Amino acid sequence: MRKYSLLGLGAGVLAVLSMAATPVLAEGTLDIVQKRGHLRCQVGPPSPGFYQLSADGTWSGSDVSVCRAVASAIFGDPNKVEFQSVTSAVRFTALANGESDMLSRTATWTAFRDTQLGLDFTAVNFYDGQGFMVRKDSGVNSAFELKGATVCVATGTTTELNLADFSRANNLDLQPVVFEDNNVRNDTYLKGGCDALTNDKSGLASNKAGFPNPGDHLVLPETISKEPLAPAVRQNDSQWMSLVRWTVFALIGAEEMGINSKNVDEMRKNPPSPEHARFLGVEGDLNKGLGIPKDWAYNIVKKVGNYGEIYDKYMGDGSPLGIGIPRAGSANALWTEGGLMYSPPFR
Amino acid sequence: MAAVIERESRDSRSTFAKIVNDERNRSIFYQILVFGIIGWVCWYLFTNTTANLEARGMASGFDFLGSTAGFSIAWSIIPYSPTDTYGYVYLVGIVNTLMVSLLAIVLTTILGFIIGVLRLSHNWLISTIAAWYVEIIRNTPLLLQILFWYLAVFSVLPRPKQSIDLGAMGIFQLNNRGLYFPEPQPGDLFWITMVAMLVAVVAVYFLAIWAKRRQLATGERFPVFWSSLGVLFGLPILVYLVTGSPLEWSIPELKGFNFQGGTKLPPSFLALFIALVIYHASYIAENVRAGILSVSHGQTEASSSLGLKPGWTLRLIIIPQAMRAIMPPLISTWMTVVKNSSLAIAIGYPDLVAVYMQTSLNQSGHAIEIVAMVMLFYSSVSLTISAAMNYYNERVQLKER
Repeated sequence: MRKYSLLGLGAGVLAVLSMAATPVLAEGTLDIVQKRGHLRCQVGPPSPGFYQLSADGTWSGSDVSVCRAVASAIFGDPNKVEFQSVTSAVRFTALANGESDMLSRTATWTAFRDTQLGLDFTAVNFYDGQGFMVRKDSGVNSAFELKGATVCVATGTTTELNLADFSRANNLDLQPVVFEDNNVRNDTYLKGGCDALTNDKSGLASNKAGFPNPGDHLVLPETISKEPLAPAVRQNDSQWMSLVRWTVFALIGAEEMGINSKNVDEMRKNPPSPEHARFLGVEGDLNKGLGIPKDWAYNIVKKVGNYGEIYDKYMGDGSPLGIGIPRAGSANALWTEGGLMYSPPFR
Repeated sequence: MAAVIERESRDSRSTFAKIVNDERNRSIFYQILVFGIIGWVCWYLFTNTTANLEARGMASGFDFLGSTAGFSIAWSIIPYSPTDTYGYVYLVGIVNTLMVSLLAIVLTTILGFIIGVLRLSHNWLISTIAAWYVEIIRNTPLLLQILFWYLAVFSVLPRPKQSIDLGAMGIFQLNNRGLYFPEPQPGDLFWITMVAMLVAVVAVYFLAIWAKRRQLATGERFPVFWSSLGVLFGLPILVYLVTGSPLEWSIPELKGFNFQGGTKLPPSFLALFIALVIYHASYIAENVRAGILSVSHGQTEASSSLGLKPGWTLRLIIIPQAMRAIMPPLISTWMTVVKNSSLAIAIGYPDLVAVYMQTSLNQSGHAIEIVAMVMLFYSSVSLTISAAMNYYNERVQLKER
C-alpha cells in the first residue's frame, strides 16, 4: 500500500515537473514537424460539419480540412496528421505548451486571446455569429422575447461572455446554465431544462442536425456577436504562422482563381494567367520563404480542394449532414460575390 | 608528550565521531537536506514557469483578480452581477461550494447514522434493506449517480407552467427549473428577534451546564430538553410578536418564462446535493456499523446489570465508545464530500471549479494562478476539518498512561 502511494506521488511530481519545466521551444515548429514526419493538429470533440469522426476513425470536416491542407503543403500527403481532440477548456494551453502544432477548431479570434494567451491567429476560415435556438412550441420568434429565460451554454467559450453582454445591454435577465459536456447541455435543453440554447449559429445548425426531431427547433434570426473563426498557432514563430495563414489563403485563392481539385492538373499544364502559374509552382518561388516544396499550393487543391468545395461538402445545403448554412449572400461568400472571403495576391 | 598529543587527537576524533553518530544530529542533518531539496525544487519550478510563460507571451500574475469578470453565474448565494471582479467570482464559487457541501455533510451524517444502526437491527427486513442500500450505492461511481439524479429525475420534471405544487398551498413550486419557495423579507425591527434568538441559545447553554452541575451535586434531574425547547422557541416568538411581526414573505409567482419572486434552488443544486448525501451516507453507515460492533457486548451486559434502560445504554455506554472508532473515518468522509462536490461541473452547478477553474480560467487565461488558488481552497478546507476533528478525536480517545 505504501509503495503504491509513493509511486502515485512520484507520478504526480513528474506530471507537475513536465508541465512547469518544459523548455522553451528553440527550434521552429516547421523543423519539428518535418523531423517528426507528421503534423499534430488540434480539433475539438466531434461536432458535425467542423470536425467529425467516422466509424473507422477518420476525421473529416471543414476545420479538419485546414489541418489536412497544411499537411499537404508540407508533405504532399493529407493523411500525415495526428488529430488531437481536446476540450475547449484546455485548448489554448495545449497549443501554447507545444503539445499541438496548430489548432483548427472554431476558435474565435479576439483581441484578448491574440495578445495574452501566447498564440497567434492566422486567417479567418469561417465568419460566424452567436445566436439562439428555441423549441418551436415556445412561440418565441425573436431573441428580444427571451426576457427571464433560462439559457443552456457551453463553458470555455466566448459564448458565455456574449450571453451576459447581450442580457445586460437589453435588460433581458437571461439565466445561464453552464455545461462542460455538450451532450449533457443538449440533453438538458431537449428535456426542457432550458428555454433556449445558445451557441455560434453554425454550431446551432450542427447541434440541430443531431437532434431527434430537427424540425421542432427554431434558430432565432438575431446574431448577437461577431465570431470570426480562425486556426491559431503558437506565438513568436512567424515562419510557421505564415505557412498556416497562406494555407488558408491558398484555399480561398484557389476558389477565386477558379482552381478546384478536378481541374487543377489541367491548370498546371496550361496556366491561364501568370498568377495561376505562380500559385501552382510553375513559375516563381513563392515556396522559398515558407520552407516547403514548390508544388505546395497544387497539393493543397489537389488533395483537399478549394474553399468552396470544402464548404459545400461539409456546411452547405448539399452536405449529407443536413447542416445547410447558406453561403450565398453571407460573409462566407467570396468577396467577388459580396462576401468577406478574400485572399491577398499570390505574387 | 607524544602520549598526550595522541590522547588529545583520539579525544577529538571520538568527539567528532560522537557528533556524527548521534542519532539526533543525523536526523537534523537529514531534515535540513530534505528541506533544502524541496526548497530547491519549488524555486526551480517557480522561476522556470515564470520564464516559460514570459517566453511564450502568456500573461501571468494576480492583477486579473481586480478586473471585471463580465460573465453571468446561474445561481449564487451571495449577490453577483457580471460587473463584479474575478476576485469576487472566486468568493462566489467558494460560497456555492461550501453551501452544498456543508448541507450535504449534515444530512449525510444523519442519514448514515440511521442506516448504520438499521443495518444492525434484529428485524431481518430492515437490516436487509439497509445492507442492499449500502452495497448498491457504495459500488457505483458518484458521477454516474449525479448524472442519474440530474438527467433522470430533475430534468424530467414538468415545465414551469405545469409546476408541481408541493403542499397545495401555492407557495412551494417544483419544476424543471428548480424548487421555488417563499423568501423572508425582514423589516426594520427584525434584528431584535435575531438578538432574542442569540440570547435564547446562550441561555440554553448555561441552563444545560447548571442542570448537569446540580445533578452531580444533588442527584436531582432537571427537564433540560423541554425547558430548552421552550426558551429556544418561546423567547424569539414572543419578541417577534411584541415588535409587531416585522417579517414579510415574497411568494414565487409565474411570470413569463419562469417564476419571479421568492427564492429558488436550481435542479443542479438539488441533484448534486441529493447525490452527495445518498452516496456518502453509505460510507458513513458502514463506519457507524463498524464502530458499534467494535464495542464489546460485555459493556451492554454490564450496563443492564447496573439497571440502565436500553436507550440509556446506547446513549451513555455504546455510542461514546463507538465514537472513537467512528470519528477518524467520518472525518475523511466529510473531506471527501467537499472534494466530490467539484463534480458539479458535469451538471452545470456553479461551484468553485465551474465558475473559477472553468469559466474564469478560460476568460482570463491565468491557468497557473487559478489552479493554485483552487487547490489552496480545497486543501485549506480539508486541513481545517481535519484539525477540528483531530482536536475532538484527541478528547474522546482513551487516555492511556
